[in-house]
Amino acid sequence: MKPLRKRRLTFVISIVVGLGVAVGLTLYALNQNVNLFYSPLEIVSGEAPKGPLIRLGGLVVTGSIQRNPDNLKVKFQLTDNAENVWVSYEGILPDLFREGQGIVTMGVLQQDGTFVASEVLAKHDENYMSPEVAEAIKKAEAEAKARVKK
Amino acid sequence: MTWQWFHRLSSPKWFYQISGRWLPWIMGISLLLFSAGLYQGLFNSPIDYQQGHTVRIMYLHVPTAFASMMFYVILAVAAAVGYIWRIKLAHMAAVSAAPVGAAMTFLALSTGALWGKPIWNTWWVWDARLTSELILLFLYLGFIALHQAFEDREVGDRAAGVLAMVGIVNIPIIHFSVEWWNTLHQGATISKFEKPSMDPAMLVALLLMIFAVLLFCTAIMMYRMRNEVLSREHNKSWVKEVVGQ
Repeated sequence: MKPLRKRRLTFVISIVVGLGVAVGLTLYALNQNVNLFYSPLEIVSGEAPKGPLIRLGGLVVTGSIQRNPDNLKVKFQLTDNAENVWVSYEGILPDLFREGQGIVTMGVLQQDGTFVASEVLAKHDENYMSPEVAEAIKKAEAEAKARVKK
Repeated sequence: MTWQWFHRLSSPKWFYQISGRWLPWIMGISLLLFSAGLYQGLFNSPIDYQQGHTVRIMYLHVPTAFASMMFYVILAVAAAVGYIWRIKLAHMAAVSAAPVGAAMTFLALSTGALWGKPIWNTWWVWDARLTSELILLFLYLGFIALHQAFEDREVGDRAAGVLAMVGIVNIPIIHFSVEWWNTLHQGATISKFEKPSMDPAMLVALLLMIFAVLLFCTAIMMYRMRNEVLSREHNKSWVKEVVGQ
């Protein structure tokens, strides 16, 4: 390779590598701030600030949903399979909201450790299937559970 | 030298002739794939057990998002080749790839917003995947704007080319954002090495649409490159012959 081209190649490589390292270090330093939401474990262990608007994400605990029959108030627990956090919310929930669903909420962490949400978003997973397949899987899981109980 | 084929490959005249022969085929195959993919996606694939018909947005969203990243890699590599070896055709490729990639990025962002409203309950959220894809759109627009800002086209090639090369660090960030951080956007379904967790009929539609969009983008980029060749080489005798007819 001619010296001039070699110099230009070195320039390009050093610019891309240098910037890559810089961006990598920046993202590493910002690691926690880039995360969209806190997990229940981080809430319980006191890593999340109380007072400012934050996001909390987790799975809706089965059997924890308490709806108020007179208004749109609802209470439920979110879990990351390590810790649970109570969330209260007033408003319309997304269609995907149900037990076991991944949810991201935005709101304020109270002094008593509960979370008052002002927005509830549903997180979709990377699985796509037809209703028939979903039904079959549900049936198979129920059968497996029944077999374990015996 | 073994570099001879490389130089022949970089001749604008050679490109103009060969692309003229290939283009009808690429465009034709792309349109065939589009009709097969759209039929499969809209009529012949099941609804999703959670999303219902909204899942069909995926057949446009995933291919355009994939193309938006792939054409940025093409843009950056072409800019680097043009910068290092001073190959004119490479710069023409870079300039032609940018608007195609920008359009795909815009489509990926807007189809994603349309999907997010019913499924997530929001049009937009500042999570790592969505934000890095938005930065990709700004990189494309920055490249186009910077290139236009120079009176001398060759200076613009090199200046905007450096921006394109620098921006390549964003591509792995987009790809891995859903693994590195908590995001609202779900993880990848088909780039996993395991069997994709997707209904086979959906997968067929998605793959057909991915190839259709990629070929379509390639065809559009080639049309743009042919224009770029004619415009930049307008003093050459072979161009006068082609245009004079």
